[in-house]
Parts: sequence; structure tokens; C-alpha cells
Amino acid sequence: MTIVFYVSSAVAIAATVLMLTRVRAVHALLYLIVSLLAVAVIFYVLGAPFVAALELIIYAGAIMVLFVFVVMLLNLGEETVRAERALLAPSMWIGPSVLAAILLAEFIWMLARGGVPPAQAVSIGPVEVGISLFGPYLIGVELTSMLLLGGLVGAYHLGSRKAPHTEVTHATHP
Amino acid sequence: MTSPYPILSILGILIVTLTLAAGLIWLERRLLALWQDRYGPNRVGPFGLLQVLADMIKIFFKEDWIPPFADKAVFVAAPAIIVVTVLMSFAVVPVAPGIIVSDLDVGLLFVLAMSSLGVYSVVLAGWSSDNKYALLGGVRAAAQMLSYEVFMGLSLMGVVLLAGSFNLTAIVEAQRNLWFVAPQFLGFVLFLIAGAAETRRLPFDLPEAESELIAGFHSEYSGMKFGMFFVGEYLGVILISCLITILFFGGWLGPVLPPIVWFLIKVMFFIAFFILMRAALPRPRFDQLMSWGWKLMLPLALANLLITGAVVLAWRS
Amino acid sequence: MFSVVRTIWYVLLHMFHKRITVQYPDEKPYLAPRYRGRIILSRDPDGGERCVACYLCAAACPVDCIALQATEDPTGRRYPEFFRINFSRCIFCGFCEEACPTYAIQLTPDFEMGEYQRPNLVYEKEDLLINGPGKYPGYNFWRVCGVQIGGKDKGEAENEGPPVDIHSLLP
Ligand code: SF4
Ligand code: SF4
Repeated sequence: MTIVFYVSSAVAIAATVLMLTRVRAVHALLYLIVSLLAVAVIFYVLGAPFVAALELIIYAGAIMVLFVFVVMLLNLGEETVRAERALLAPSMWIGPSVLAAILLAEFIWMLARGGVPPAQAVSIGPVEVGISLFGPYLIGVELTSMLLLGGLVGAYHLGSRKAPHTEVTHATHP
Repeated sequence: MTSPYPILSILGILIVTLTLAAGLIWLERRLLALWQDRYGPNRVGPFGLLQVLADMIKIFFKEDWIPPFADKAVFVAAPAIIVVTVLMSFAVVPVAPGIIVSDLDVGLLFVLAMSSLGVYSVVLAGWSSDNKYALLGGVRAAAQMLSYEVFMGLSLMGVVLLAGSFNLTAIVEAQRNLWFVAPQFLGFVLFLIAGAAETRRLPFDLPEAESELIAGFHSEYSGMKFGMFFVGEYLGVILISCLITILFFGGWLGPVLPPIVWFLIKVMFFIAFFILMRAALPRPRFDQLMSWGWKLMLPLALANLLITGAVVLAWRS
Repeated sequence: MFSVVRTIWYVLLHMFHKRITVQYPDEKPYLAPRYRGRIILSRDPDGGERCVACYLCAAACPVDCIALQATEDPTGRRYPEFFRINFSRCIFCGFCEEACPTYAIQLTPDFEMGEYQRPNLVYEKEDLLINGPGKYPGYNFWRVCGVQIGGKDKGEAENEGPPVDIHSLLP
């Protein structure tokens, strides 16, 4: 199991790095999906099969499909590829990478101090997840649902904007 | 948890499903012919059974062409995704007590997850072909499968509530007294429709609608890559039939006959039903499809879930 | 929703209907005598070629698949020197048969003309000509037309009076 964990972690990191460096949007999205799949495997190995399945269904299966859907419809030609290449110039990525490196160093330091509990063998099933969602974290769930409702109303508002009146009269009667 | 002979189970299920998928090509043609007052393939071998072999030889030796304008890596990966995801789902399908590859606790969710990943195959195939018909097919597939996935999951939650588990074996065992099709008839109908939409079978084959999009997302595919889409579709039909059997018709439960025979009988029945749907029903318009999905099926699935939940709560207390 | 279920049920019932497929090589379909299939050239009841090489069929043919060359025997009877139909182009429309003034060219109820080599579908006069009058047994063009040929002089055709002596004064 430890092997699986390290392998999928490596895959997740590699896929994320590749995702950042792709110039074609769809390729980048594909690497992002791979990275999400790897994270799902990590969840499973850590004893959270329910979360792993939800990660697959919701993130990899639904949200990323929407991303791919939108990117497919954008007419990204050579122009965008060139623009993306320019974004990959060192001056663009050095700053964020330094910040990320600091975060990573902190993370490793914390791991080395043993601040994180070891991966436990008990598996957290749907029942435990449900109980904690509707018990201790009820406020969080309700707030999220309010947020989602707001998003839904906003999306509906955007989507239902009436098209301007564009009726064409083909024949004009004298 | 897992079966006593894991390798045997894996190989057995793999071989049986793949053979069945190949055989389905013949079965579908014969059954369609039966319902359309024709004979179907009956020349090659007894009852035309060797037609399958002939078709396979043909498809293997076809030129495997990749369009020069296509996005090669994605183009090659797309057909593999569908076969892999569907075969992965079979890992959690309990055929009979003990004959299962991995008795996952969240088996049902795993199947849903795999079927939601299967969308990529179609979408990416459509995108990477760099062909307007393929792209339109891919876009349709994405929209259709996303919308139908939502209530496909919801329609099953009634079953999960009744069984109290996501584990497919536990769900079958919970049907010892009464098949779930009786209390969950609405869920069954919704799942049947969503299943047909997920496998892009005929009433819902808008992503490949020949009459308007040539062959939709697989317009540019030929040879074995096309064959993979084909096999993937038939595997999908088998999978959905297996799921219907397990979730609503008591899986392997049944009198007298051995469990595996019962399972196969029930699965074959639903496969035949899917073929019958193909023979009988016309294809809806795409906007009708979407509005049925969101405005009719989704509210029904939610209502079903709500009522089932209320009844289960009232029963327990 | 009900109509969908009803459709499925009716289609299911088709299981018990009669198959309408004709199992072709084992079971031959009925072809009407006037079926438009392989083309033949027929002969007079007395054995002579009917075709007078008038080119009407070649002119009528919409795909131009008939080629022929007219010639005459020493007595003035016209006939085709060669007569060629390219069946890989023929659409079996039957226009040639309609155009023919002598019932020479006729379509027959036979369609089994498959070939592996395309040139084999070009039929020459030897392949086309049959030893019989085909669909019109009694008709003999040369016996009803007024043209003079060997063995039939002016005025000897059916329903034809002897030629008028234009130098005589009496009617
Ligand atoms: S049947 Fe029609 S196409 Fe054929 S030779 Fe006669 S006129 Fe031409
Ligand atoms: S077959 Fe008939 S139409 Fe054709 S050239 Fe001969 S006489 Fe004329």
C-alpha cells in the first residue's frame, strides 16, 4: 500500500507539473485529470474510499468534462499556442515557483517533524462521512449550499438574458 | 472480501465479457432482423454465428488510419479509455456469490465514477479528430452524458437507501425477500433511460447520429480503433444490464437453477430489451433530450429519492 | 410515455410475423416477364436478324452504352456490323427497347450477370443475339415494311398492293 501511495503521489506531482507546462489547453486539462485520478488513488490508499469515489465522479467526471467541453468550443489556434509559449518564459514562472518551493519546504519540514498522523488502516465509509457532514460540520454544509444556490441563480440569470429583438422583415408591403 | 481465486475471477470475467461483447454484435443483428421481419446474418456458419469471426478478421485487417490533421496522442488514447473504464467497472460486478474481482465497499460509486470517466473517450475522440462532425458529436456527447449522469446517480440512491450500503453484494443480499424493482419502480425506469443514454444506445445515440453527423465522434476512426469504440459500446450495454439485474432484479437470486445461470438469464433479458429499444424507438431531437433530462428526469429522480428517504425513515422509527 | 411503451410492444410482436426476406441464392425471386434485365437481340420468325441498325436505341440510351455500326448485305438488307452493349454502364431503363422500331432489342428477366472483370461486361453481338423472336413471336419487320430486300420485292409485303405503274394513264 505504501508503494501505491508513493507511486500515485509521484504521478500526481509529475502530472501537475506537466499540466502547467503544456501549451495546448486540452493537453493541459488531460494532465490535470490524470493528476486528479492520482489524488483519488491516494485518498483510497489513505482509507477514504468514499471521498476517492466522489473525487472521481465530481471532479474528474463532471467538472473537468465541463472544462474540456468549454475548451473544445473555443477556437484556439496557433495564436494561443504562441501566447502560451510566451507565458512559459522564465521571467513568468520564477516568482510563483519560488513561492511554491517555500510552501513545499514548509510542508516537508512539517512532515519530517511528524506533525501528520500516519495513514490509518481504518477506512472511512459513506456513513461516517454523512454523519460528520450533518453533525459537526452542518454549518459548513449549509453555507456551501447557500453559496451554490447563489451560483445557480447567477448562472440562471446570465443564461436567461433575452436576446435583442432581431426579427427580420423579409417583405415590405407598400 | 475478495473472491477465493482472484486471478481466475479476473480472467473469467474478462474473457466472458469480451466474448459476450463480440457475440452481441451477432445477437444484435439477428434480433434487430427478427423484429424487423428480416433474417439477419445467417450465412456464415451455423445460424450465422461465424459472422462475428468474419467481422473481427475484417476489422483487424482494415487500414488503421490516423488523419494527418488529428492530435495523434489523444486520438490514439480516446478509444482505449472507453474499453478500460468499462472493463474496470466490471471489477466490482458480483456475478454470483464469490465470483467477483473486488468486492469494494463503495462498489456502486466506483461504477458511477468509471462511467463518468468514460465520457472523456467520446469527448476527446471528437476533439482530437479535428473534424467538424466529430467535434459536434463530442460536444453532444459531453452535454448528454453529463446531464444523464446526474440523475443516473440519483435514481440509484433509492436502492442504496433501501439496502443501506453501496456494496453491490450487500445490495443483492438485501433483495432476498423482495426485488427492489417493486419498491423502486420509478428508480428502475429512470436508471434504464439513463443507462441507455450513458451507453449512447439508439434512442440516445445523438453523439453519432448517422443521419446528421455521419458517425459523430468516431467519423475519423477506422480499423481496430473503431472496433474499440464498438466493443466499448457493447461492453457498456452488458454493464448496464448487469447493473439493472443487480440493483433491481435481485442479481443471482432465484430458485432451483445455480446462481450464475440466473444472473446470465437476467442479464441477457435486459440486453435483449436494449436491442428491442433500438429496434423500436426513433431518436429524439437534441433539445428534447436535454430538456427531458433536466426538466423531467431530474425532478422525478429527486422526488423518488425524497419519498424513499421519508418512507425508510418512517419505517425505521 | 405510453406511446413509447406501446411502440416497443408492437415491435416485439413482430417476432411472430412472417419474414419478408427472400433467401436469394437458394430461393429465386419471381421476376415478371416484362422485368428489365439482361438485354438481348432477337430474330425474325424466319431466322433473320431483326435489327436494322437504325441507331435509335443508341440515341435513346441515356448513358450511351450502346455502340453499333450499320452495314448492308448485297440485297439491301441493313444489319449491324457490330453491336456492343457495355453492361457496366447500362442502367436497365428500357429506353432502347421502347425506341426500337423492329422489336429487335429486348430486356429479359435475368439479372445474374456478376463478373470479376469489368471488360467482361461488354457484350458483343454474338453474346446478345438469340435464336428466337423473344417477346413478340409473330412480328416480322421485313414482312411489313415496304423496303425491297433479297427474297422480297416491292409490293410483296403483307397488306401491301403491287407498285403503281406511274407511266400508265389509267388509275
Ligand atoms: S436499358 Fe437503358 S441504359 Fe441500358 S442499353 Fe437500353 S437504353 Fe441504354
Ligand atoms: S436494335 Fe432496334 S433500335 Fe437499335 S439499331 Fe437495331 S433496329 Fe435500331
